[in-house]
Amino acid sequence: MKFMMIIKANKDSEAGVMPSAKLLLAMGKYNEQLVKSGVLLAADGLQASSKGARINFANGKNTVVDGPFAETKELIAGYWIIQVKSKAEAVEWARRVPFDVDGPQSGSGQIEIRQLFEAADFEPELSGSPEGRALLDAEESFRKRTNS
Amino acid sequence: MTATDTQRAIDAVWRIESAKLIAGLARIVHDVGLAEDLAQDALVAALEKWPETGVPDNPGAWLMATAKHRAIDQLRRQKLLERKHEQLGHELDARQDSTVPDLDAAIDDDIGDDLLRLVFIACHPVLSTEARVALTLRLLGGLTTDEIARAFLVPESTIAQRIVRAKRTLADAHVPFEVPRGTELAERVSSVLGVIYLIFNEGYSATTGDDWMRPALCDDALRLGRILAELAPAEPEVHGLVALMEIQASRSRARVGPSGEPVLLLDQDRARWDQMLIHRGLDALERAEELGGAEGPYAMQAAIAACHARARTADDTDWKRIAALYERLARLTPSPVVELNRAVAVAMAYGPAEGLALVDKLVSEPALRNYHLLPSVRGDFLAKLGRMDEARTELERAASLTRNARERELLLSRAAACTGITSTGL
Repeated sequence: MKFMMIIKANKDSEAGVMPSAKLLLAMGKYNEQLVKSGVLLAADGLQASSKGARINFANGKNTVVDGPFAETKELIAGYWIIQVKSKAEAVEWARRVPFDVDGPQSGSGQIEIRQLFEAADFEPELSGSPEGRALLDAEESFRKRTNS
Repeated sequence: MTATDTQRAIDAVWRIESAKLIAGLARIVHDVGLAEDLAQDALVAALEKWPETGVPDNPGAWLMATAKHRAIDQLRRQKLLERKHEQLGHELDARQDSTVPDLDAAIDDDIGDDLLRLVFIACHPVLSTEARVALTLRLLGGLTTDEIARAFLVPESTIAQRIVRAKRTLADAHVPFEVPRGTELAERVSSVLGVIYLIFNEGYSATTGDDWMRPALCDDALRLGRILAELAPAEPEVHGLVALMEIQASRSRARVGPSGEPVLLLDQDRARWDQMLIHRGLDALERAEELGGAEGPYAMQAAIAACHARARTADDTDWKRIAALYERLARLTPSPVVELNRAVAVAMAYGPAEGLALVDKLVSEPALRNYHLLPSVRGDFLAKLGRMDEARTELERAASLTRNARERELLLSRAAACTGITSTGL
């Protein structure tokens, strides 16, 4: 299962204020743990919404609105994509995200986790005869090499 | 939190922490079986306490401290060396004096080495392949006996016994808890990679039954590979294997059609290929090559997979490069299966007659006698050359050799398509 862990914005991230050295160190260690546990697929920080824009669609038209945007707590400031066995495992990883208790936000913040759509979510119907064409999956036969 | 939520949370903590826990304990008590028992004891304690107290902020440290206390009791009860008890007690006292972050650091410093030792011992050559697979999934993958049994379609008791015997074998053989050194290292790394790749293959393509894939084992293998890449970053073939698995896994959404039928590589909808995994695979391959490992077997297989991954459409595939890679691979690790794959690539690059010339040399290979892909490939070449009767015979033979029901259907339909078509195509 793949999950996106979304870290929400706060006044500092929206103001482009760099995290404290202490928090950077803690975040670095956290990311290292994700990598060493083999669960991290991707991660990025997002710059303040003042550098972004929104495209609003209505009645077949679209309009562009430049940031910043007001509802700080709902904005996203970064994400990780992790591969885990269960939602509970994603929750456990999310619980471990470091927040700077001594910093101006007093260690408060929010992580939202959302599951990615994957192959198993597109349940095939088990009916009908199989189609096929006369071509070979070279990799498949190669995989059997270690067993043969 | 409901009771079920807590149970699920504890399962999740176990998946994250158990390997490190067992590894750390194994270093202390010098016995992998005992280490696992102590870890399980700590889990039982967690199952009793955490529903009341909630999951602690540092569950790994809680489990390790609990397990170490039990280890002391154990050592005391077994009247082991007074020195060992003092060592352990001293270690424990020192850590209790430090603050929690220091405890984390202390554990982190040692744990990489301990995990690596655990990896090597779980894949030790004194154990059968089956035992290595079961032990690896159990100790490093954090899978339960039941989960392993279901993944490999055997009874739970079979796996349970396999694990018990494996631990006894390791104890009887006095296998040391250490990372192999010198000339032994390459071979031992190779055996670990073999176990991980076997797990991946098991998940990627079932050979019995109707299901084309058991995806969960692929994820487990990938995770183990990624963990190993961090534990042993200087080993190029580890990155080679990870690259191969990432790229193969990238195709999982495209490999099964809407009716559950298998979709062959060249027919797959490439928009469904997971570009994130392809990107990771290409990065891992680059790491392998930068370490001078381009000629390693896994790196080369990954390079071949990368050729496909880079092609936006099947027609864009660089078959000449693939054929050349297979030729290098055949020289490095000659095998009839490699030759067969080379024949396919050569046919794509230079035409079916060239491919058939290579495949004809393999027809009498004993290793390929019951390998359905040989007549399948030969049948394909013959069909392309207009030799339809021979093609049908080969494809029917291929269908009779495969144990996968869907694959059999595919081959029989290809054979039937050869009927009534003459070499003029009418």
